[in-house]
Amino acid sequence: MNRPDFDVIAGWVQPGERVLDLGCGDGTLLARLIETRGVRGWGIEIDDTKVLAAIGRGINVIQGDLEGGLAGFEDGAFQHVILSQTLQAMKNIETIVSEILRVGREAVVSFPNFGYWKHRMDIMDGHMPVSDRLPYAWYDTPNIHLCTIADFDQFCADRHITLRERKVFDESTGREITEEHNFLGSLAVYRITRL
Amino acid sequence: MNEDSNSIGLVHSKRAHFDAPLPLACGVDLTTWDLVFETYGALNAACDNAILICHALSGHHHVAGFTDSDRPEETLGWWDNMIGPGKPIDTNRFFVVGVNNLGGCHGSTGPASINPATSRPWGADFPVVTVEDWVAAQARLADYLGIHAWAAVVGGSLGGMQALQWTIQFPKRVRHSLVIAAAPNLTAENIAFNDVARQAILTDPDFHGGHFYEKGVRPERGLRLARMLGHITYLSDDQMAERFGRRKRPGAGSYGFDVEFEIESYLHYQGDKFAGFFDANTYLLMTRALDYFDPALTENGHLAVALKRAEANFLVVSFTTDWRFSSARAREIVNALVHNGQNVSHVEITSRHGHDSFLMQDAHYHAIVRAYLGNISS
Repeated sequence: MNRPDFDVIAGWVQPGERVLDLGCGDGTLLARLIETRGVRGWGIEIDDTKVLAAIGRGINVIQGDLEGGLAGFEDGAFQHVILSQTLQAMKNIETIVSEILRVGREAVVSFPNFGYWKHRMDIMDGHMPVSDRLPYAWYDTPNIHLCTIADFDQFCADRHITLRERKVFDESTGREITEEHNFLGSLAVYRITRL
Repeated sequence: MNEDSNSIGLVHSKRAHFDAPLPLACGVDLTTWDLVFETYGALNAACDNAILICHALSGHHHVAGFTDSDRPEETLGWWDNMIGPGKPIDTNRFFVVGVNNLGGCHGSTGPASINPATSRPWGADFPVVTVEDWVAAQARLADYLGIHAWAAVVGGSLGGMQALQWTIQFPKRVRHSLVIAAAPNLTAENIAFNDVARQAILTDPDFHGGHFYEKGVRPERGLRLARMLGHITYLSDDQMAERFGRRKRPGAGSYGFDVEFEIESYLHYQGDKFAGFFDANTYLLMTRALDYFDPALTENGHLAVALKRAEANFLVVSFTTDWRFSSARAREIVNALVHNGQNVSHVEITSRHGHDSFLMQDAHYHAIVRAYLGNISS
């Protein structure tokens, strides 16, 4: 699958940085960051099959459940902590956001924007959105905490989290969106920090 | 693929003799000593495809293949499911070395060997050896075999502690360390179990202060109890419930104290089997080495500081039902390595077999080891 957020993340990390990728899957992003940006990377993944795939490509992967937080990692241990398209599937949003900002000097968070115009159209038609990007029916979706760009902005403002940068894409065209983010963008990528 | 069809076949042990003294942590120099070992596969021209297998409490050098063609099943190596041609530790690629540690009872110099100073068996006078001592001895064996650096050092339980210690003691001589079902040190509970096991041996009237060889007896009752206790702790509650539950033996319900439950029968069998061949002094030494192991001790308890010297890449493996060496203890190693910016992966295998899981045939566990070693260049 084309992942425009991966391109953005690769542009935001710097060579030699320590990067922690939460929900790293088979290690695709980390492998790319190591190869093209020369970072030192570790991933956390809970799924056995994905852990095996990451080990098979020589990625540092630590098997574990993000819901328990990031105990064991020190404050500011990583230059970047990445939470890519995982936030919406987590139970405790408060805990994980606070944890990524604790162990990372900067966090990169990406999520599907529920405010995207096609999703709004589906709701107007009376149904929960089901699409390539949100492929699940309402009753079996892992995405239990969907939000809009406006919601996430508010969430950060209420907690005095600094938004350093936001990039938004329409994945159906692959293009970056420069205006009306919350309406035209299907995917949002944020750089946030407590510093 | 049926991994069991790929046996290394008939194997023979070898013996290396060393005359250069080995200074031990306790202050004694071992002046002349032997290690028995086995090797599988072929060492390549660059001598960079060697893997060392470190054994646990009751293990030894016979890791894979069989030693008697007439009884292959009964004489199988203790990790034969892991090591062989086409197996996760693939002897078509790697030169694999199994060694019996000093103080052991399978051929290497140990308590039943003759003490050159007295011309009598060492018995209780055999020096207390540590994980560091074993690693130093294994390094001499590596020299003897012409191996400057191991592609990997692999071990489970007490063997995992050796795999970890190698990276600290000889950072340039180990490229990968596979630390399986291990911990950075023993908890008080673990030391307590070891103490009860030792007390069972030490208080056996046939122990004779460790000099039982010349009396023609063996402290089998003590060893049997020690093994029974140990065995309970290597299993999980779930597994025991599933395998034995409250099932009874025929004739049970006699309101006496003979074997009535299946679990009793099993434990007695395991205890008897073990007491029949294992050396009581070796049991004491191995459990003490476990107790003493604590690489963070000299660094005020900071494991990360101790591990800073390591240059190896690490694979740490733990098992969900292993309560003697839990995943949380494995994570201490992982966290220390990440703190240092070192390469480490940690896999937690879902298994019902408790601490013994590391010896079991498990498709996912074996796939992980295979995948990790698949990335090692040689």
